[in-house]
Amino acid sequence: MSTSIKIYVPRDAAALSVGANRVAVAISAEAKKRGVSMEIIRNGSRGMLWLEPLVEVETAMGRVAYGPVTPKDVASLFDANFSVGGEHALGLGLTEEIPFFKNQERLTFARVGVIDPLSLDDYISHGGFAGLKKAVAMTGAAIVQEVADSGLRGRGGAGFPTGIKWKTVLGAEADQKYIVCNADEGDSGTFADRMLVEGDPFTLIEGMAIAGVAVGATKGFIYLRSEYPHAYQTLLEAIRTARAARWLGPAIGGSSYAFDLEVRLGAGAYICGEETSLLESLEGKRAIVRAKPPLPALKGLFGKPTIVNNVMSLATIPWIMANGAKAYADFGMGRSRGTLPIQLAGNIKQGGLIEKAFGVSLREIIETYGAGTATGRSFRAVQVGGPLGAYFPESLLDTPMDYEAMAAKKGLLGHGGMVIFDDSVDLAQQARFAFEFCAKESCGKCTPCRIGATRGVETMDKVIAGDTSKLALIDDLCHLMTDASLCAMGGLTPVPVMSAMTHFPDDFNRAPKRMAAE
Amino acid sequence: MSWDDAVASSIVNEYKHLAGATLPILHALQENFGYVDKRAVPLIAEALNMSKAEIFGAITFYHDFRHEPAGSTIVKLCRAEACQSMGCESLVTHMKDIHGVEIDATTKDGRLTVETVYCLGNCALGPAALIDGELVGRVDEELLDALCTGKSHERIAG
Repeated sequence: MSTSIKIYVPRDAAALSVGANRVAVAISAEAKKRGVSMEIIRNGSRGMLWLEPLVEVETAMGRVAYGPVTPKDVASLFDANFSVGGEHALGLGLTEEIPFFKNQERLTFARVGVIDPLSLDDYISHGGFAGLKKAVAMTGAAIVQEVADSGLRGRGGAGFPTGIKWKTVLGAEADQKYIVCNADEGDSGTFADRMLVEGDPFTLIEGMAIAGVAVGATKGFIYLRSEYPHAYQTLLEAIRTARAARWLGPAIGGSSYAFDLEVRLGAGAYICGEETSLLESLEGKRAIVRAKPPLPALKGLFGKPTIVNNVMSLATIPWIMANGAKAYADFGMGRSRGTLPIQLAGNIKQGGLIEKAFGVSLREIIETYGAGTATGRSFRAVQVGGPLGAYFPESLLDTPMDYEAMAAKKGLLGHGGMVIFDDSVDLAQQARFAFEFCAKESCGKCTPCRIGATRGVETMDKVIAGDTSKLALIDDLCHLMTDASLCAMGGLTPVPVMSAMTHFPDDFNRAPKRMAAE
Repeated sequence: MSWDDAVASSIVNEYKHLAGATLPILHALQENFGYVDKRAVPLIAEALNMSKAEIFGAITFYHDFRHEPAGSTIVKLCRAEACQSMGCESLVTHMKDIHGVEIDATTKDGRLTVETVYCLGNCALGPAALIDGELVGRVDEELLDALCTGKSHERIAG
């Protein structure tokens, strides 16, 4: 069996969306027909999504990639002896030498696409649980200090220092504390959480267990959005497997610490990405945002001290614990330490996941990694950081991807998603959509968000119809929403609107020209 | 299956022990019946010792929960920014103009429901759709034509 051929066909939902299952079936059938014995491993995605389904073969030289593969290509792959890395039109050479992949700094995503996501043996042989093993031998305060020293900031978008949050929960006295993972990755243009959960779920489980050990929490919840059915199944199975192997339960990893986990599904509400709204939802209520204080760190889930962290933050903890805070902090720039899993999406030729140290420019990501638009038309705008992020024109592309540098240009880094638009985009329509989305997804608690978003849509309709005098009203409304909204939903909706107006003024002044032409 | 109070009650009982059981119960009911009937409200309220207003409020807050049965095929079409950049809105127009299939509605014959969704996490391979739980990337008019006319297509499972 040791000489058996190993073929990797991703099980990541993005790969499935372009036919990875059909390719796996075709390979299996062809192997049977030719009497070849092969082991097909369903790995996560390497993140080069335009090459999916990306089929890999293990060779003495390393893993060799072919893609994008369709079922029709399978017979010719066999003819070309792909199982030993033979030459084929779809051949890409060694996977890890493909420039898009080679030039990344993969820490959080080190195992994603490499291992079988549901194999504990694979996980452990690739360094899994090294962080947890270290943590159970340390005091809670020492673990929290390590996280603080790494400079890790919340990857959900707000960029709050993770160590400070943990320290607050550690210091709180309570009979029960919770670790809540925010896996409600609702921002368009983001899929890092989904890819991590589908490609290396044990990393998230380990990160949450370390958090539990650090602050004395015995119970964790993963709040996963319902739009991710594949990630849900992977998590359920990973938790079952971890529990059976006693990495979850009353004595995790043979230590004296207890920690267990449940996955809960969201129900299609974008606002649940806001931490207090998420907690309300976990408690079984309408997901209405809570006023802060009290902080969730002191009064969180069911009124108990709670760490609420993003998937990326928690999944980075095992690496930090295993390799040390300094090794992590050595990456990055300014106050943004470590790496950022960047998601390159939208109208882009080579989209996917790029984990890089903070500080890489938007231009490098779009031009070097992305290689231009998918449609082949010229680039016009990039929205960075999800629906609440700014639209940037070409002239701002040299901005480094760093929390403070993005803020200095009135944008935000958010969860690291970048959505590319070609020159057919109408930024006035995008600004209108920002209000429309806010109107649909507002929890309704505060007036600036609930009413402001609706008035924004109506006013933008007038602007689009040609009444540019209403732009002053939009400006005024944006200031009000920014200053007076309870949470980031209403507070940041003006960011895409104002950035579109500032950087693409022509789009807000089109109707009169249209009328003049008639 | 059509709504059945006894079956609904047994589902509620199965999940009511969970902390914050409302959403798990609602998901399980919808999974079983395809929607959440208004008769679920008193059942859940009673089981969780919450008010009917709280349960009704929860059901109506979340976009996922349907108040009436859906079509036999459910298409969740992503209309968020990344899919907009790849022309998802022209797909919405195409379905309406060519096939008379409206978004956020069920066809009269009960065969097809098309719903708006904001982001399926497939943003580099848009436009994306979730078709009966299967994620499909690079959705085009040809695929939607097959869905709207009930024809088979290699990219649709089953």
